[in-house]
Amino acid sequence: MSSRVPLTYGKKVLELFRNPKNLGRIEDANAEAIAGSLACGDMIAIYLKIDESTEKIVDAKFESYGCAANIAAASILTEMVKGKTLQDSWKISWKDVSNELGGLPSVKYHCGVLAVGSLRRAIRAYYTNRAKPDWLSDELTQEEKHALEEEKLMEVLAKKAKRAML
Amino acid sequence: MTYSDLSRPIDELIKSHGLPEREVYLDHENSGLIFPEVLEIMDNTYRLSGKGHPSITHLMGWISYQALYEATTNIASAINCSPEEIVYTHSGTEANNLAIMGSSGLSSNRKKVLVSRIEHLSVIFPAEKLEKYGFKVIKIPVDEEGFVNLDFLSEHVDKETLIVSVAAINHEIGTIQDIKAIRDIVRDKDEGVLIHTDACDALGRIPLDMKKLDVDLASFSSHKVYGPKGVGALYVKEGVKLEPIIHGQLSTQKLWPGVENVPGIVGFSKAVEIMHRNFRENVLKMTDLRERLISSILNNIEHTLLNGPFGDKRAPDNVNISFLYCEGEALTVELSMKGIYVSSGSACTSRVLEPSHVLLAIGRKHEEAHGSLLMKVSPFHTTSDIEYVLEILPDTVRRIRSLSPIKPLRKVI
Repeated sequence: MSSRVPLTYGKKVLELFRNPKNLGRIEDANAEAIAGSLACGDMIAIYLKIDESTEKIVDAKFESYGCAANIAAASILTEMVKGKTLQDSWKISWKDVSNELGGLPSVKYHCGVLAVGSLRRAIRAYYTNRAKPDWLSDELTQEEKHALEEEKLMEVLAKKAKRAML
Repeated sequence: MTYSDLSRPIDELIKSHGLPEREVYLDHENSGLIFPEVLEIMDNTYRLSGKGHPSITHLMGWISYQALYEATTNIASAINCSPEEIVYTHSGTEANNLAIMGSSGLSSNRKKVLVSRIEHLSVIFPAEKLEKYGFKVIKIPVDEEGFVNLDFLSEHVDKETLIVSVAAINHEIGTIQDIKAIRDIVRDKDEGVLIHTDACDALGRIPLDMKKLDVDLASFSSHKVYGPKGVGALYVKEGVKLEPIIHGQLSTQKLWPGVENVPGIVGFSKAVEIMHRNFRENVLKMTDLRERLISSILNNIEHTLLNGPFGDKRAPDNVNISFLYCEGEALTVELSMKGIYVSSGSACTSRVLEPSHVLLAIGRKHEEAHGSLLMKVSPFHTTSDIEYVLEILPDTVRRIRSLSPIKPLRKVI
């Protein structure tokens, strides 16, 4: 049996929840993506402004529908990628996000995963009509798969709930 | 308890949160505040009459037994039953478990358990546990306000049914069920079916007379009437035979071994007495505060839905509203920083992927359930407390909505 204890967010999570950095959209973003869904109660959108010659992220913003950890994870990730090349940003894992937040509670790891999942989707989106670099794997990474699984699972659960009502 | 789940010292978090200047506690669903008179009488009982074990033959035992007996008589008189019909447990959860699990060994022919879809998990989980022992559990559907489908009940209850369990008032959405109608349907089908009602949320909110209600089993919880935590009770109608589900040294309670929490029971009894004495006044006050909250929120905050019925069929203390385009845990934490303590039916709050089973059962979509807030007003609250909540809430909702990629008036995916 699992137990339930209050979630001990680090103070960084509360700080970013109170005053999120990089909140909003970038109107002339050249890459953007969304992961999660309203039905999951967990959704992150990432907007990137990328310098095409250097492939560096010059601006990053987010929007988030979810808990405090979700908002903080998306916010910190946009901080982390600013100024980085797409290749370096691709390497950021959900653990890096969690560490940067002072360690997410275990039940909130998926918030870090979803944030990284949406970033990687955005990077993939950037290369849809451009030459794909070697470092960009064809196969989906764990974080992207997780986002996909969560979205699919919720579809199934929502259908199940609908059936149960009939 | 798993302290290891605390990934860091909690004092850092509490410090970072800060102590709000003003506080309004509306999370009575999870933990009730306590009447000062109750604390006082418990303190006295710990020091004086509740020192001994109420089943032991010496002066301390006798005095303790006397305290227990008086407390029980008091509760029995409030709900119109005999003191013999009250079994103490240490929570409403335990009382519900005793009702469901304790009845399971009674008959080899009755292998059907009927519970409503919106029961408390302390009813649903024991019922589901019985499935492992060959019982068939049927969950009675409810309508969009949470009222059980009486036709469905009538179709499914039969001589093979062991027990039917429906809460008198739903703990999340405040639906006041017609327990007498449910009882009549069940008895009409078969006199031998046990009828249990989880009355934890009903005590002190609607008149409860065990003789008139005429059910077999009813659960109560002390903290829900602003008594101490750690005390619950099950009404077991005279003649109804349950089997104990925990075993140990015999005590005054045939069905719940272990030393009675005499000071806690005395406190519970005091709380019942206060709620009973001021019944009308409390109900009117809570209803007024509830209506202020509901009407103001629905009128002033866009994209809100009331969960559960409007008006007289709703518990006087219950406010449950979905704030669309908002995630409930974020709302809960934001309100906490403003000193307003509430709970949410979001998946994040329950720590599973699924949001509140009650909200899904009344037909709420996942995203509607994720944005729900449960607030319970109490006799402790003043109009000014509620005004404070109403002053803070619109900005809170606006801010949480401003964070989201999916906003009102935009196409929703």
